[in-house]
Amino acid sequence: MQTTFERKDLLGIRELSAGEITHLLDTAETFRDISRREVKKVPTLRGRTVINLFFEPSTRTRTSFEIAAKRLSADAVNVSVSSSSISKGETLLDTARNLEAMAPDCIVIRHSMAGAPHHLARMCKAPIVNAGDGAHEHPTQALLDALTIREHKNRIEGLKIAIIGDILHSRVARSNIYLLTRLGASVSVAGPGTLVPAEFAGLVDNGLSLEGRIEDAIEGSDVVIILRIQRERQDAAFFPSMREYAVHYGLRSEHLKYAAPGAIVLHPGPINRGIEISSEIADGGNSLILDQVTNGLAVRMAVLYLLSRGARSESPETPVEPRKQKRERRGSRV
Amino acid sequence: MKVVIANGYLVDPAQQVNTGKNLLIEDGRVIGLLDRGEAMPEGAHILDATGLIVAPGFIDLHVHLREPGQEYKETIASGIAAAVAGGWTSVCAMPNTDPVNDNPAVTRFIIEQAERAQMANVFPIGALTKGSNGKELAEMGEMKAAGIVAVSDDGRPVPTAGIMRRAMEYARGFDLPVVDHCQDPSLSKGGVMHEGRWSLILGLRGMPAAAEEVDALRDCLLARMTGARVHLAHVSTRGAVEAVRQAKQTGFPVSCEIAPHHWTLTDEALESYDTNMKMSPPLRSREHVEALLEAMRDGTIDAIATDHAPHHADEKALEFDEAPFGITGLETAVGLAFELVHRGVISLERLVEMCATNPARIFSLSDRGTLAKNAHADITILDPECEWVFDVSRSKSKSRNTPFNGRRMTGAAVATIVGGRLVYLHPDYGRITESKYHEASVR
Repeated sequence: MQTTFERKDLLGIRELSAGEITHLLDTAETFRDISRREVKKVPTLRGRTVINLFFEPSTRTRTSFEIAAKRLSADAVNVSVSSSSISKGETLLDTARNLEAMAPDCIVIRHSMAGAPHHLARMCKAPIVNAGDGAHEHPTQALLDALTIREHKNRIEGLKIAIIGDILHSRVARSNIYLLTRLGASVSVAGPGTLVPAEFAGLVDNGLSLEGRIEDAIEGSDVVIILRIQRERQDAAFFPSMREYAVHYGLRSEHLKYAAPGAIVLHPGPINRGIEISSEIADGGNSLILDQVTNGLAVRMAVLYLLSRGARSESPETPVEPRKQKRERRGSRV
Repeated sequence: MKVVIANGYLVDPAQQVNTGKNLLIEDGRVIGLLDRGEAMPEGAHILDATGLIVAPGFIDLHVHLREPGQEYKETIASGIAAAVAGGWTSVCAMPNTDPVNDNPAVTRFIIEQAERAQMANVFPIGALTKGSNGKELAEMGEMKAAGIVAVSDDGRPVPTAGIMRRAMEYARGFDLPVVDHCQDPSLSKGGVMHEGRWSLILGLRGMPAAAEEVDALRDCLLARMTGARVHLAHVSTRGAVEAVRQAKQTGFPVSCEIAPHHWTLTDEALESYDTNMKMSPPLRSREHVEALLEAMRDGTIDAIATDHAPHHADEKALEFDEAPFGITGLETAVGLAFELVHRGVISLERLVEMCATNPARIFSLSDRGTLAKNAHADITILDPECEWVFDVSRSKSKSRNTPFNGRRMTGAAVATIVGGRLVYLHPDYGRITESKYHEASVR
């Protein structure tokens, strides 16, 4: 198995090998404990600068990256730009050049347009982390989902996983499909025909099936991932009404009887209660929505650590041992 | 002055000539073909085309020269300099300039600018509707008198069948072909690439093949209804060429063209979000490309046209969604067409037919597209074996937006003659102008 992560950037899951994904998850696991301590901070990335460049409104992902950076002692700077103000003035290219001139060690970017992080990655020497680009990918979300699944099911391989909802507009669905099938799970997706195009079946070579009814997708599933209905993206008529969506594609308790015993429910948040998920499920025993948030921190710490630690050949084994880390640093100064 | 293009191999499908002949021209016109052994006229200047193909001048039915209005992307002078460097002796300029070419003043301006530049011939295409707004018909009769050869709202698809019908009926009265960029906006809205597996992978909004096909079928039906000459621009899908094939079999007056990038690349090329892969119609999937190659083979596709669409580097350096559609194409088209000849998809004769014979016929460019007696002396000289690499930094266009920079090609236009004047000579082919047969001709 892969024991290093040698890429400059984390732009998506699609291009990652099973080894790279597992290494990211293993690294995240070692970071999980930090957030459970009284003093939730290690000096691992002291003196490094992480810029969170958010072109799209986000509370949870931005906060998660910011806290992750701070718990590793990096200096985190948040830049929020509305996409519309960019189109009026400075281009992404110029923004990138200006930020690059401030010598950041990592740039985290969220953008409403697919491919914006790739654009940045071509221009910047700093590592780029994709924190969600349009309907393309959201790699850290898939990693945190996988970490949550692994925590509760002890594996990914061989699991049956259902993904329900707006697949067409979902970067979370794409990243999850790549990650889960690459690690050997079988994934069934279901949603309205307008939001689950038939070509989706060709997204990956193996392990993906499309179902018409959510019951069929959930049948025998160990994990059910519910996607958010992105009301802000519903500019065209993809379904007749929220009410009808909730009736036919919203997850309620009665659906879980089709799932495997002990099935868990995930949702990337923020949730629309009573639309894609009932409160009963969101707040019930199967729901791991808050565990996902906690694991999100660990995953983002791992990603920031692996990408911005500098010399890429450095051993990643000791990130959680502040003392040992210090010793190494002293040693290297001699 | 008499000029003989000697020792070349003449390919002129209009005359069914495909043999070694010498070509005699004088005062911008073709005087006639001479047999190889036949005596040269006294005092004639000789161009030596030994080992080369001599073809009627290539005519590009579809270019965007950006002048007036967007001279920072291209001017008529820079555009036609690129044209002759790519082997094109004539280009037909789409009307989406600023102002739009929807009146005779703009038409005349374009023609005057082209005459000043003294490179390729420029034939303006007039707008179909005023300002290409898709509502009121433009002054087609006035523009025809000023020199347009067709009408089109290219880039702004004609929104309703009703307007298209009126435009066809009206254009028919002036014998003007109607050129349509087939794309139903209600299906393609917001799309930036071909809709399919790759648009889903990349998370980019797709334009389905059906958006093009719905309008292609519409236009074929309206061609039957109105009897107008209809030409479908840059067909890119299986369904579009099937519609044209069917229409031709039934005898409707429909023709179509293809742009080289549509047979050369597929939507997979967008994987890196390279904005030089962004154009409209978009790069399609493999199955569509296969159908296009078949349609080139069987004659369904009449013409090769570049859809040369220069854009400034700053515009193409935006996010994929924000970057404009279009790539340059004048200097790469012939090389890409030769790839098909070398792969055995089309014959050399068919290449000439699609680049010269048919374009002249489709837009009724009289005395062009052939080397028959009294035709304009517009000549493209080709070397099918010329090996070269396209280097965009040496492009004559003002813009650099090409996906083909660095592409290795075999086959090129090495000399371009417009109205009897040698306006382009490939730097490695100086021998063409060495008149080593001069003595022989004097004797």
